[in-house]
Amino acid sequence: MNPVPEGRHVSNGTIIQARDVVKLYKIGEQELRALDGVSLEIEAGDFVAIMGASGSGKSTMMNLIGGLDTPTTGRLFIDGGDISQLDADGLAELRNRTIGFVFQQFNLLPRTPALQQVMLPLLYAHPRPADMEAEARRRLEQVGLGNRMEHLPRQLSGGQQQRVAIARALANNPKILLADEPTGALDSRTSEEIMLLFADLNRQGITVVLVTHEADIAAWARRRITFRDGKVISDERQAPRVREAAQ
Amino acid sequence: MTVLDSVLVALTALRANLLRSILTTLGIVIGVASVIILVAVGNGAAGEVNRQISALGTNMLVVFPDAMRVMGRSSGAGTALPLSESDLTAVRDKIPGVVGVSGQLDESAAVVRGNLNWTTAISGVHPDYTSVRDWPVSEGREITAQDVQTAARVALIGPTVARQLFPGENPVGAEIRIKNVPFQIVGLLSVKGQSAMGRDQDDVMLIPITTARNRVVGKSDVQVDQVGRIYVKLDDQTDMKTAQDDIETLLRQRRKSGPNSEDTFSVRNLAEFMRARTEVLSTMSYLLGATSAISLIVGGIGIMNIMLVSVTERTREIGLRMAVGGRQRDIMRQFLVEAVTLCLFGGLIGVALGIGIAWLIAHFASWPVDVSLGVIGSAMGAAAITGIVFGFFPARRAAGLNPIDALRSE
Repeated sequence: MNPVPEGRHVSNGTIIQARDVVKLYKIGEQELRALDGVSLEIEAGDFVAIMGASGSGKSTMMNLIGGLDTPTTGRLFIDGGDISQLDADGLAELRNRTIGFVFQQFNLLPRTPALQQVMLPLLYAHPRPADMEAEARRRLEQVGLGNRMEHLPRQLSGGQQQRVAIARALANNPKILLADEPTGALDSRTSEEIMLLFADLNRQGITVVLVTHEADIAAWARRRITFRDGKVISDERQAPRVREAAQ
Repeated sequence: MTVLDSVLVALTALRANLLRSILTTLGIVIGVASVIILVAVGNGAAGEVNRQISALGTNMLVVFPDAMRVMGRSSGAGTALPLSESDLTAVRDKIPGVVGVSGQLDESAAVVRGNLNWTTAISGVHPDYTSVRDWPVSEGREITAQDVQTAARVALIGPTVARQLFPGENPVGAEIRIKNVPFQIVGLLSVKGQSAMGRDQDDVMLIPITTARNRVVGKSDVQVDQVGRIYVKLDDQTDMKTAQDDIETLLRQRRKSGPNSEDTFSVRNLAEFMRARTEVLSTMSYLLGATSAISLIVGGIGIMNIMLVSVTERTREIGLRMAVGGRQRDIMRQFLVEAVTLCLFGGLIGVALGIGIAWLIAHFASWPVDVSLGVIGSAMGAAAITGIVFGFFPARRAAGLNPIDALRSE
């Protein structure tokens, strides 16, 4: 294992650093090695696609980066801090401040207008912004839903729902946007719009980590990391796809 | 997440399943309503007794002649040495603080007016009687010392007797007959209402005690100076207990009973006696209220059941809230607030229902009811505590969910 001095901060340019991360799951008597000694670094402001078949460990990696879980062994630095040993409250604060989640199934609350959906992370923030509603409005405008503030999820199209979810992920001004198959439930044209939005947000400086098994979605990223059997099998830079001429 | 936010979230969630929320809280509604009704009825009864205590006349002692014991067997009241005029005079003259005394010699007889008749309790009394018992006439005059001296055939009647014999008429000045002896009604007693034992105290007739001895009570049943029982009224400065002891000592001396022999009379403080009854009554009503609080426990189990269902149904929502930064204590508080909101909502309906039913009881059954703010407060408090206690387990389950599993659940 790579020894890392306690409390040492990673370099300014690196926002995510994994050192020999192992994640074990016990299923009955059997031990499943979901991550088997992963080490990687992601630069702040990068646009990274994590690829792999199901069971490859890509979702587990994403859960660890997002602070939804902690590694069994190894170290994981997010935004300069070691999160491997954080307790539940510490992880909650990390998710609230530093991470914005976007899910395949949007995970919007039913019977809740868009504006309230976006305000949700603000409600859990410490301290809370003075004007949460204004903040939420600004985020909805940022994703192009300025005229859908009071709409309920069922009154919105799939693409619009995912935009609300992205606005929610942006609410607390996070450094990292984690998207888990964000276009999995959308048609190809809407998928393209959503990916354009991610590319746009990335240009504004936010680090985007995208988990997908679709190559043409991964093509939007500038770096592609592929997992198999809990290990990184390839890690390459690529020229990102851009908006196609024909719209 | 502030408490207010949690309340708003809770209200949204409860409104989303309105029918289920109402059905769930029904147990609390019934529990709170029954607590309020039972305590209201109990307190009403106790309050009524209290009113009767003041109607009885405070600062009043009553001397009763006791039953004589023959070979250990007790005969009826008054079979022992009866109380006499001289006992009454002695009490009036020798006990400090006495402001009035009166005998009361009872007989039950039919009162006849023309072709109407009514059997009532007839009491022979002294002139002080109405002042001792705080029972003034509402019309006409009282019985005077002269009436007693001359054994005048005059009578005061209670409102019930007046209603029976003089429906819609003024009885004062009219003539009636008791055991064929004509009496003139000189006064109408004011309304006194029911006694604590439910007896109609207005179904009475008062006549001078001398007249009662001579004309109404059978000669063989009464001694020449017998007074039945003695009512003693004392001034406000006199300690009732001291006066009671003084009267007992005085009567023992007069009857020459030794310190070890049994008393042939008893001195009672009726107000004290009834006060004890009031305490029993209100203790009873609180006990009943506490019993009905058991339904709050049953209601609480219903709440817990539905909260568990709610946690299961909203697992994804819980996962999402955790993903955007909700801490375990935020999730816990949200579900606790939801359970408490549900209970308080049920409690409010229960309070309204309880007050409504108590009012109906007062209105249609003419029972005295007394809905106290204290009971409403403690019923609401009990409802809130039910919410906290029975909401705790579901809330802890929600807070303990793993966010990854929760987000993945269907």
